[in-house]
Amino acid sequence: MGRYKWLVPTIYIVFLMLPIYWLLNMSFKTTNEILGTFSLWPREFTLENYRTIFTDPTWYNGYFNSLAYVLVNMVISVLVALPAAYAFSRYRFLGDKHLFFWLLTNRMAPPAVFALPFFQLYSAIGLFDTHFAVALAHCLFNIPLAVWILEGFMSGVPKELDETAYIDGYSFGRFFVKIFIPTITAGIGVAAFFCFMFSWVELLLAKTLTSVAAKPIAATMTRTASTAGYELGLLAAAGSLTIIPGAIVIYFVRNYIARGFALGRV
Amino acid sequence: MAIELRQVSKREGADQHIYETSLALQPQGFNILLGTTLAGKTTLMRLMAGLELPSSGEVWFDGRNATGVAVQKRNVSMVYQQFINYPNMTVFENIASPLRVAGASRRDIRSQVERVAELLQLGPMLKRKPSELSGGQQQRTALARALVKDSELVLLDEPLANLDYKLREELREELPKLFRDKGVTVVYATTEPSEALLLGGHTATLDAGRVTQFGVTGEVYRQPRDLVSAQVFSEPPMNLATASVTAGQVMLKGGVGWAGPQWLEDQRNVTVAVRPHHLLPTPAGGLQVAIEGSVLVAEISGSESVIHLDIDGRTWVSQSHGIHPYATGSTVQVYIQTEHCLYFDADGRSLMPNDRGAN
Repeated sequence: MGRYKWLVPTIYIVFLMLPIYWLLNMSFKTTNEILGTFSLWPREFTLENYRTIFTDPTWYNGYFNSLAYVLVNMVISVLVALPAAYAFSRYRFLGDKHLFFWLLTNRMAPPAVFALPFFQLYSAIGLFDTHFAVALAHCLFNIPLAVWILEGFMSGVPKELDETAYIDGYSFGRFFVKIFIPTITAGIGVAAFFCFMFSWVELLLAKTLTSVAAKPIAATMTRTASTAGYELGLLAAAGSLTIIPGAIVIYFVRNYIARGFALGRV
Repeated sequence: MAIELRQVSKREGADQHIYETSLALQPQGFNILLGTTLAGKTTLMRLMAGLELPSSGEVWFDGRNATGVAVQKRNVSMVYQQFINYPNMTVFENIASPLRVAGASRRDIRSQVERVAELLQLGPMLKRKPSELSGGQQQRTALARALVKDSELVLLDEPLANLDYKLREELREELPKLFRDKGVTVVYATTEPSEALLLGGHTATLDAGRVTQFGVTGEVYRQPRDLVSAQVFSEPPMNLATASVTAGQVMLKGGVGWAGPQWLEDQRNVTVAVRPHHLLPTPAGGLQVAIEGSVLVAEISGSESVIHLDIDGRTWVSQSHGIHPYATGSTVQVYIQTEHCLYFDADGRSLMPNDRGAN
């Protein structure tokens, strides 16, 4: 028994890594090879797929657009959530618990429900097909999440810290910027990461609210067929590249991710 | 600075944290707030600091009404029981923070911080973060921050409670010295009567949101105004018995009696209070009377024995030096040091005239 205890984790990891490997595998093959033969590694290794993505504006602009609205959304969400989370963690007011819970229920509505009203509204005020439109729409589910995560981290900071600062002579604003925010950087990182992740993978709103100018990469990828037929190798390369930003962001908050999934609570 | 609480009370929802209290602290002195957890010590301090507004009454600083003055403008310092430091700053920046906010010059800050750090043995730690320090050093950092600020009122809320025994003793000795020369008014909250006695100064005994007595520490200890104040100032709790006084003779219910002090008038229903260390398992020098009881528990800690006894249906505690092992259930004689007994009337008011003190 003891000799085979590596077996189960290995099978599990192989099982998890297999789709990712296959994606990478495909991205270095030609479409002909993908369609024609079954091979565990690229027989005709090619970087042509990646070259196309980095040189063709319809592809790389997809990445720019996605990154643009994701980053804008991240900044808005965290900036709005910071004071809200502080209020929830430090003050008692009428209905605070209900309001706090109501925030989370916002996450439970499927985004599809809001696609139509957003589309109509943004078309009317000229926001349609802008990065800002998607960023704002994603705030719908990211701000509540950020508030919950930050509230958890903030509640872990004793309120005596605030009081000590006031006694030392700090004004509220100066305390908040100079002491409080640096104290909860881990929480801000985790909240930003979750905003990034959810905004990055969200497809429906992003597709509905854009057409050409702010078209996200995932929408570009749904254009599977072209004059040359199915460009599977190209799609695989594009898919591989979408994993990278998330991997980079997760690296920075890797030590706090578990607390993030617990919404900041220990 | 002279601090005065005028008919201050604090209520939050259904909880009355402080009942109407008036208290004028000893200016430039060491003022101790003594009471159990939830007696209201912390709330009183928070009212003085301005962290909370009283529900009624006023807080006066140096003859001026400071009730509505913001925390930032009160010029106070506070040290909490938990070690509160700014985690993102180094020890140096922590200590420097009140000076920086006040806009002191760079050179001034450096010299002041170094002076205080030297005083509190934090010199080699200045570049570290608070999380890299031991508990004692963290609390020293908090104390240094309170010390470096030129405040007129320093509030210390059980600052030594979370430290281990040795550090506590060390810091307890240093504390009064640190603040004495500065001429500041210090308020020090503690749950331990022995700590109050060691620190000296003035003591206010607190019980369930009320200040029961305020005065020079030794006097409050020797001449408690009432039974509640006496109990607050006794650990382990006082031994109590009902007695009657006839012709100057104090007579306990169980039949043991002795000659009471001259000022004790004849009456029924007197409560006699004996401090645990005035109930000894061996005869001592002064006036005493023997009383029999059966041993409930005998604890020996180092060189001290604590014996819990059943005497006439009441549990009494004897605390004495030396090792006195007793078997549970055995009948023993203990000696009440009658000179040191306290006497209270049926309402718990002290019967002792004000100018006398037992010890």
